Parts: sequence; C-alpha cells; structure tokens
Amino acid sequence: MARLIPYPLFALALLALWLLLAGSLTPGTLLLGGALALGGSWALVALPPPEARLHRLGAVPGLLWMVLVEVVRSNHAVAKIILWPGQAGTRRSGFVRIPLDMRSPYGLAALACILTATPGTVWVEYDRAESTVLLHVLDLVDEETWVRTVKDNWERRLMAIFE
Amino acid sequence: MSAALLGWSVFLAQLMLVAAMGCAAVRMLRGPRAQDRVLALDTIYVNAMLLLLVFGIRTGSTHYFEAALIIALLGFVATSALAKFLMRGEVIE
Amino acid sequence: MQAAELPLWAAVPVSVLLLLGAGLALVGSVGLLRLRSFYDRIHAPTLGTTLGIGSILLASMLFFSVLQTRLVLHEVLIGIFMVVTTPVTFILLSRAAFYRDQQEGNPEVPALPPRQDAPEP
Repeated sequence: MARLIPYPLFALALLALWLLLAGSLTPGTLLLGGALALGGSWALVALPPPEARLHRLGAVPGLLWMVLVEVVRSNHAVAKIILWPGQAGTRRSGFVRIPLDMRSPYGLAALACILTATPGTVWVEYDRAESTVLLHVLDLVDEETWVRTVKDNWERRLMAIFE
Repeated sequence: MSAALLGWSVFLAQLMLVAAMGCAAVRMLRGPRAQDRVLALDTIYVNAMLLLLVFGIRTGSTHYFEAALIIALLGFVATSALAKFLMRGEVIE
Repeated sequence: MQAAELPLWAAVPVSVLLLLGAGLALVGSVGLLRLRSFYDRIHAPTLGTTLGIGSILLASMLFFSVLQTRLVLHEVLIGIFMVVTTPVTFILLSRAAFYRDQQEGNPEVPALPPRQDAPEP
C-alpha cells in the first residue's frame, strides 16, 4: 500500500482539487483525477519533503477560528488607520525582532503565513542561526507587547501542533 | 426588487474595484522605488481578479471563474519572479 | 441578466458581501496611495487579499449555488490558492526590499553588520 500510494494524504488532496475544478462526480473525472493524484504523489517521491509529525490535531479548528477572528479584527484596525490617519504623529510603525523557540519548518511556515496574512504585521526575515524573526508592524505601540502577543498567541499553539 | 438590488450593488462593486485599480496604477507610476511598483502591480492583479469574479456574477456565467483563477496564478508567478529579481538581480540562477 | 431569478433572501447577503469585499479592496488600494513609506504600504493590500477576496468569493459561491440550485464550490479553489500564495509573495517582496535597503544603508531599516537584538529607535 505504501509503495503504491507514497503520500496518501497528498494524493487525496490532489483528487479533491481536481474534482473541485471539474465540478462534477462522473466516473470519467474520478478516473482522471485518480490518475493525476497517483502521478502527483509518485512525483513527490523524487523530492521528499521534510518529515512532519502532527500532534493534537484537535487544536487545529480552534487555531483556524482564532486566525479568522484575528484577520477580521486587524482588517478593521488597518482600515481605520488608512481612512482616518487622524493623529498621524502618534502612530509609529517599525521593526520588531522576536526570538522564537520553534524549530519545526512546517510550524515556522504556518507562523509566517498567519502573521503575514493578518493585516498590520509582515514577516520580513528569519534568522536561522539565532532563530529570531524580524517583523514589520504597522501600529507599533511597544515592542514588548508584540513579542508577547506573537509568542503566547501563535507560537505556543503552533508548537503544540507541530512539535 | 432583488434584480434592482443586485444590479446596483454589482455596479457599485465594479466602480469601487476600478477605483482601486486606478489608485494602484497611480502608485505604480509614481514609484518611488522598484519595490513600490511591484507591490502596486500585485495589487492590480488581485483587483482585476476580483473584478472578473464580479463580472461573473453580473452576467450569471461561471466562465469568468477560469479567467480569475488564471489571473491569480499569473499574479503569483509574476510577483515572485519580480521579487526574486529585485533581491538578486536575476530570476534564474 | 439572470439575476432576476434570485430570491430576495439570497440577493441581500450577496449584495452586502460584494460591497464589503470591493470596499475593502478599495481601502487597501487607497492605503497603498496614502501611506508614506514602503514598509507601511505593504500592509495595505493585505486588506483586499484576505477579507476582500474572502467575501467576494463567498458572494459568488452563494449566488451560483442559489441560481443553479446545486452546490457550486469551485471558488474554494481560488480561496485555497490565495491563502497559500499571498503570504509567500508578500514575504518575498518585503525581504527583497529589506535587503536592498540594507545594502544601501537606508536608515529606515535595522543595520546589518553589528547585529542588534533591540529594534531600532
């Protein structure tokens, strides 16, 4: 079984993508999608991805919900900054360097995506040697708060899932 | 009733998206630096994709969906290639 | 225009979602024009690429599902694609800008040679 379908989850995701694109469940699309999924997962053997072990999958829906809430909240905040600059002198944007304890590449990728997708923070650079990350924050009230927000809100939860 | 409501909101949405593309185009022409232009180009791509989706709703045909998907793909490839070029001075090493 | 066949209970949320999405995209682009430095500006288009795209895709899904009386889900594909790719483009772009500014010694970004853990004042 493992020889026939090397990455079953990946193959299943490819099949789902194909069915969504075709928008039908006829035997023809199923067959073609299945062939595509098999071919794709065999091709993935040639470039083996780093191994991922997921723990506590039950925490994933909660995390996604938190991301959604955070995206809505920061959309509102950034829209307010753009539309009513108001006290332009008081708003300060700048770089924050945040030390991270997470090492898992998938966890770091997820953290980068979450932080960049929420308006108001952009992931600029990850320093592998010192394992720090440089963020740019649009509304930088003070650095300590941001460091604590990132570590407590996101890094802890992602580490529970990915490490 | 629902036709009028939908017609007006589709019209307004299209107007807003065109205005958004205009803003991004002004930023692209004004610069001042290359990264500003690339960012503005990416924004134009995203807005064009949204405009196509709204077009699909206006005409009631799902054919615009494929065009929107392709614009999204092109936007991603174009922006990453341009960003790579800005960083290294060449796209393929 | 076939929208006349759409019942009112579906037309209202579709309209609201459309206006919300287009409005967010517009605000993002206005921010692109209005904010002063590149690193401020890079935050603006994220409005359009997160909730803006999300609400217009939702409107499109709702509209076609009701119109064709079957579940139309292929907008999810664009959603997945944008979720995966937008952070990548923004990270690449901000990093490229960061390296360029660092090499030119732009005072806006933290300097490279003496590595500082504390952010610039």
